[in-house]
Amino acid sequence: MGRTVLLIEDEPNIIEAIRFILSRDGWVVHTHSDGTTAYQSVLEKRPDVVILDVMLPGKSGFDILRDIRGGSETGALPVLMLTAKGQAKDREMAEQIGASRFMAKPFSNTDVLSAVRELAEG
Amino acid sequence: MITFNMLVVVCLTYVVLLFVVAFVAERRAAAGRVAWLRSPLVYTLSLSVYCTAWTFYGAVGYAARSGLEFVTIYLGPTLVLIGWWVVLRKLVRIGKTQRITSIADLISSRYGKSNVLGVIVTLMAVVGTTPYIALQLQSVTLSFAVFAERGPAQWAMGDLNATALWVAAGLALFTVLFGTRNLDANERHHGVVTAIAMEAVVKLIALLAVGLFVIWGVAGGLGEMLTRIEASPLAETHFNSGRWVGLTFLSAAAIFTLPRMFQVLVVENADERHLATASWAFPLYLFLMSLFVVPIAVTGLRVMPEGANPDLFVLTVPLSQGQEGLAALAFLGGFSSATSMVIVAAIALSTMVSNHIVMPLWLHWKEAGATVSGDVRKIVLRARRISIAAILVLGYLYYRLTGGSEVLAAIGLVSFAGVAQVLPALLGGIFWRGATRKGAAAGLILGFATWAYTLFLPSFGPGVAMSAEIMVNGPFGLDWLRPQALFGVTGIDPVVHAVFWSITLNTFAFFAVSLSGFPSPMERLQGAQFVNVFEHSSGARGWSHGAAEAEDLLMMAQRILGSREAQALFQRAASEQGKAGYLPEPTPEFIERLERELAGSVGAATAHAMVGQIAGHSSVSVEDLMAVADEAAQIMEYSSQLEAKSEELARTARQLREANEKLTEISEQKDAFLSQISHELRTPMTSIRAFSEILMEGAALSEDQLTRYSSIIYEEAIRLTRLLDDLLDLSVLERGQVSLNRQRGNLRELLDRAVAATGSLDTQARMAIARDPASEDVALMTDTDRLSQVFINLIANAHKYCDAAAPRLTIVVRRLPEGTAVDFIDNGTGIPKKSQDIIFEKFSRLGDHSSAGGAGLGLAICREIMDKLGGSIAYLPGQGGAAFRVILPASRAEAA
Repeated sequence: MGRTVLLIEDEPNIIEAIRFILSRDGWVVHTHSDGTTAYQSVLEKRPDVVILDVMLPGKSGFDILRDIRGGSETGALPVLMLTAKGQAKDREMAEQIGASRFMAKPFSNTDVLSAVRELAEG
Repeated sequence: MITFNMLVVVCLTYVVLLFVVAFVAERRAAAGRVAWLRSPLVYTLSLSVYCTAWTFYGAVGYAARSGLEFVTIYLGPTLVLIGWWVVLRKLVRIGKTQRITSIADLISSRYGKSNVLGVIVTLMAVVGTTPYIALQLQSVTLSFAVFAERGPAQWAMGDLNATALWVAAGLALFTVLFGTRNLDANERHHGVVTAIAMEAVVKLIALLAVGLFVIWGVAGGLGEMLTRIEASPLAETHFNSGRWVGLTFLSAAAIFTLPRMFQVLVVENADERHLATASWAFPLYLFLMSLFVVPIAVTGLRVMPEGANPDLFVLTVPLSQGQEGLAALAFLGGFSSATSMVIVAAIALSTMVSNHIVMPLWLHWKEAGATVSGDVRKIVLRARRISIAAILVLGYLYYRLTGGSEVLAAIGLVSFAGVAQVLPALLGGIFWRGATRKGAAAGLILGFATWAYTLFLPSFGPGVAMSAEIMVNGPFGLDWLRPQALFGVTGIDPVVHAVFWSITLNTFAFFAVSLSGFPSPMERLQGAQFVNVFEHSSGARGWSHGAAEAEDLLMMAQRILGSREAQALFQRAASEQGKAGYLPEPTPEFIERLERELAGSVGAATAHAMVGQIAGHSSVSVEDLMAVADEAAQIMEYSSQLEAKSEELARTARQLREANEKLTEISEQKDAFLSQISHELRTPMTSIRAFSEILMEGAALSEDQLTRYSSIIYEEAIRLTRLLDDLLDLSVLERGQVSLNRQRGNLRELLDRAVAATGSLDTQARMAIARDPASEDVALMTDTDRLSQVFINLIANAHKYCDAAAPRLTIVVRRLPEGTAVDFIDNGTGIPKKSQDIIFEKFSRLGDHSSAGGAGLGLAICREIMDKLGGSIAYLPGQGGAAFRVILPASRAEAA
């Protein structure tokens, strides 16, 4: 059965790129662009891995991660965080809240792919 | 033939008249009618106490013996009064501001309210004045004797003594009655002064009458008189310049150092301006008094038998010519001279004795202080009355001891020389701030001792007070210490010798000791008050705000001033402080004022001591207070320096904190900015890198995919370039490095250009742009390229963000007072109110920007540009869509 990824990202070109990379590898890619309803989408889609951008309209990626870690069903969900800010304090913040992986944009396609694979395998 | 009894009647009548005059004057003064009592005329006449029986009778005797030398006695005072501006004015002003009661009080007050000096001067004054009082008693009794000799009744020496005693008693009674009516010695003794003024008139008239009589009655005319003077032995007396200078100096000093002269000149002075009148009127009086001295002397020497006492010529010449009425008038003149002197001298001396000797002793004995004991007022008055009696008793005893046979003039000069010892301390005190208490004491004591040794003791005659052996060979055979030839200086007149040495040694000691030490703080304060009396006529300082209780002060003041006056004083002070009732706050100012008031009654030193017992414990001296004040001042200065420093530190710290806050803020802004930049750069890069990698892999991609992905890479690269351009543009604008390229232009052309430039964005030509070309015809003088950039930005924003189904942009040009307004209004949803404020900030892109791809710098750049062009750009709310108003300043718009 196909493994699913939920991509929470608002930049259309980046969505298209990641979707292409993961789909090619056999992943089912769901996308969501609005921060305020992102957690709701996680609960609905029940993905194996979540790829989460930090800068989202409506709600910050960090807040969404808190919600995910706080939820009983989503507490252990692997989350790959992506950020275009790339500053040390963002990385610390992500680790503190409980991001499984942290990656700065621009990323290498293979890195994203292998990270998602690793996270899915636990 | 005038009988002795008749003379007694005349004399008694005159005395009764004196009492009546004094009484009426007191009554008038009490009723407040003091106008003429305080006239300059009365003041001038009261100064005539200078002319005692010695001058009245003695001047003629003096002239008969020594020729014109008697003039020196009038010359000195005349010079001092003519030069009143220099010394007298200052003395009177000091007397008023410091409420000086006597010359002893002046010296005491000047040198730090030192009572030791007060005692020294008082003793000197008593010693110097007693022989003088004796002299007056003697002159009165002698003049009685003149009449008695001619009467049927036989006069014995005992009768003479009895007369002296009666006269002394009568004078004591008068002085007590009118001289101690009020305690405040600084208040005018209206009765006494008026009586003295009347006596001045009597003696002047008497002497003038005798003078006129001898010229026209005896000699038969002015010409004859002059001839007789030519022929008299007076014309042959030689001129002794040493004595002239010495005696003029002595009499000049006497005019303000004699206790009685100080009394009438300074203490009884009602108005400083009276001095100006007295400065010419008193010399005139003295001139009239001396006018007929020589004619009377010459006539006396001619008509009187050999051996007749020339001191009594004024009386005996008229008598010998059978002019008994005139003789009686002359007698009254002499009587007036004697009594006025005794009365005033007794008042002055009794004030000094009671204030400087009795009161300090009494205060010392009454350890408990002035608050608990009885009525101080009564005690002071009693002390003063007893002092008056004692002084007259002393005078009487002196008269009895010396046998009443002295030459009048000699006693007068001895007395003058004695009181003149105050001169260095007095003049030094009012003109030299460096004068000290010790210097004054040293000068006074040395001068007085020298005077006593060289003049006073020898004046009793060899073998009386000083053995003839000492007079001739000096004490213990020390030749250079001979009383009348100190240091071997011989051949000088004894009086001049004594005056020279006593004043020289006095002055030398005064300056030497003063210079060798420092004045104490209190002396310095008082010294400044005295020397600079015209600069600051305020009272003496000295009381710090202490434990003085207003009630205790009132109790004490009542005892000294009397309850009515004390209460009035306190009430006045309280109401000045804005308080009701009788008890003012015992502020230092009030205590000083009270002390001054009290000083008017009991003298500065005693008043100070009495207030000190209440205001501060006696153990704390003013010197201590001053020391504390000095120390406190230093501490205050130091602490104010510290305060200033710490304030400066606080200020620096505040500035640092502010700078730090600003830096932190800037740093945060920079972080946020960098973070934004980073985000804006990395986002397109991410897409570029991802799709580049996909293309590079050479994976099997459809033609569509290839086209699409490469076009994404292209678009994102363009986006990056635009972002970098905008960033650079903004940075240049913000740093003010932009150079504007002003040129002529037309608004309509600029708008045409902007619409055309943005046309490519609207590939489907959806956006309708509404314009009114007529209103756009505005000439401009500005950087047209920059202004176009703003217009393009705004039109492009409308293209990007207007979300209406049929987007429409309306461009309206209006003339407003502040300039030409160009409004860009679309029909989209517009910008929410809460965001309207931030849209001009950098990276303030609102909401989803997926379709736009702007970095959020456009409006920030527009704002910077309009700022540089002198115009403005603002969001225009309430237009039914997004609306921006660009304002071109009027001057720029119409410059073309």
